[in-house]
Amino acid sequence: MMDCGSDNVIYMDNNATTRIAPEVLDAMMPFLTDCYGNPSSMHTFGGQVGRALQEAREQIAELIGADPEEIIFTSCGTESDSTAILSALQTLPENRHVVTTRVEHPAVKNLCENLTTLTGHKHRLTRLRVEADGTLDMQQYRDSLSEDTAIVSVMWANNETGVIFPVEEMAALARERNILFHTDAVQAVGKIPINMRENEINFLSISGHKLHAPKGVGVLYIRKGTPFVPFLNGGHQEHGRRGGTENVASIVGLGRACQLAGEKLEEENTRVRKMRDRLEQGLLSTIPKSMLNGHPEKRLPNTTNISFEYVEGEAILLHMNQYNICASSGSACTSGSLEPSHVLRAMGVPFTAAHGSIRFSLSIYNTEEEVDFVLEKMPAIIAKLRAMSPFWKE
Amino acid sequence: MWEYTDKVQDHFMNPRNVGEIENPSGVGDVGSLACGDALKLTIKVDENGIITDAKFKTFGCASAIASSSALTEMIKGMPVTEAEKITNEDIAEALGGLPKEKMHCSVMGREALEAAIADYRGVILPMAEGEVVCECFGVTDLEIIRAIRESELRSVEEITNFTKAGGGCGKCEDRLREILQQTVEGIAAEPRKQQKPRRMTTLQKIKKIEEVLEREIKPTLKKDGGDIELVDVDGDFVTVSLRGSCSSCHKSQTTLKEYVEKKLREQVIDTLIVEEER
Repeated sequence: MMDCGSDNVIYMDNNATTRIAPEVLDAMMPFLTDCYGNPSSMHTFGGQVGRALQEAREQIAELIGADPEEIIFTSCGTESDSTAILSALQTLPENRHVVTTRVEHPAVKNLCENLTTLTGHKHRLTRLRVEADGTLDMQQYRDSLSEDTAIVSVMWANNETGVIFPVEEMAALARERNILFHTDAVQAVGKIPINMRENEINFLSISGHKLHAPKGVGVLYIRKGTPFVPFLNGGHQEHGRRGGTENVASIVGLGRACQLAGEKLEEENTRVRKMRDRLEQGLLSTIPKSMLNGHPEKRLPNTTNISFEYVEGEAILLHMNQYNICASSGSACTSGSLEPSHVLRAMGVPFTAAHGSIRFSLSIYNTEEEVDFVLEKMPAIIAKLRAMSPFWKE
Repeated sequence: MWEYTDKVQDHFMNPRNVGEIENPSGVGDVGSLACGDALKLTIKVDENGIITDAKFKTFGCASAIASSSALTEMIKGMPVTEAEKITNEDIAEALGGLPKEKMHCSVMGREALEAAIADYRGVILPMAEGEVVCECFGVTDLEIIRAIRESELRSVEEITNFTKAGGGCGKCEDRLREILQQTVEGIAAEPRKQQKPRRMTTLQKIKKIEEVLEREIKPTLKKDGGDIELVDVDGDFVTVSLRGSCSSCHKSQTTLKEYVEKKLREQVIDTLIVEEER
């Protein structure tokens, strides 16, 4: 069997993906072995699998304060995003305006920027600005809503900086004008409390692998009463809202992961947050010319995005890799494109810093010892790269 | 994650010749912080025109640092007249290759070398005089045309990989396509030169080497009563055995390197190393 050496890595890239919780794997195993029935079948052998799906639906609904009927299973966060936005444009065909932000994940950003190709209609697109600390310009948001706005899609929390957006307040403003509201909440679910009974959000996307469930499973929450057109047509699964045989094992895993996330929510916001803060303050205080990207408070408890000026992110990551420390960068060279992260650019982070940004995203599986180790190694890595940078002056 | 060769990783983790030479003979300063990579190359040239020292400072990713490090190793001890012939492909080759999206790092190395040599000679490079096509990265048409010609680029994507042009906002894509088309048409209209392939299989090498031996080298050696036989080709190592008067000639090593190797490099592939069978 392939061995990736996960025991030896210091994994601080949990906004990219997470490890499958052992409890989640245990819950999944029967559905990868013994319980292979089709949940849609008439016989008991399949029917009992259908009950497992229902239980997962309840577990997910419980975590976000929804009704189980408001949950449909998808293949990933991207599918959930596309389903919600394209549904809104079909149910409100006269409305040709879409509002989103400049800092969305590519799953929403690229979809919104290519709507004409996908729908055959020309849509006006408002991409909301962000401030230097990554928060939204709410006045611009209010002004952007118009008679023909079909849908607003704003992420609950940003994947690169962890900055949290006031989506509940924004959804209420949209609701006043009968505008549908979607939020990509893949980074927020399981990290901060969410209660759909207390807001007016129509659609919410969840991704399994961001909260210790496997890759290849997602959820779209659709508020009761929201007009809806399916994205995948086919069988009658999900009450005709999403065709395709259910990815049973992963769905069961996601259900268990949501249950665990509910139990660990407090730990995430206390122990994980403290570790993150200690890591952040340690790096900022020991490494000169380093700075935090994003609002210091309005932020997920697990994420910190720090720029080290005059050095380049890929080079930093490769040095960290020598110590088996896993993180991400917003630098151009790591993205495959030639420009640094669209999020940091939208925030106006200067080029001196954008290329040298590193995102650390923690989880409940990180330890204080790991934070110590990273704090011990980082200053020398940055110093070594700065020593060969033509822009660095002591 | 990029697939970097061991050589790239070695040069990145253990970069050679980092720093700046005091009172350098020439300085090449290319790239910028905004672009995400920059290289400052300083060289020392002696009175015989030999580069006696080279140092670099680089801001950039692993391949930018590795390209700079490899470049300094290549040019140290080299006459300026030789160094000016170094292409970006040579730098990439010294590193055992670069991912195609990273070829611009080797181009940056060559540009810095050119700038340093121009500075040493006190001349101004013509490249900067072109019309800026890509405003995001400040790339001129002359630089793009040169990359298309030298690296045989055939798509806009390749132009971006090599020069970064078009890698930002993408507004210049149409103009890049136009330049590409004009340049390619221009190349097609030129009289065809005997092009040497950049990579050959061993079988292709053997065939070509035998052909050159038969057609040119053997007849020349035979005039002096000598002869040559091909013994083996292993990668770039060509083993030959010198016969007749050559085998006893005290100048045989000179013949081997100055004549046989030179001819084979010219006509087969310029990485060949000719050795005599022992």
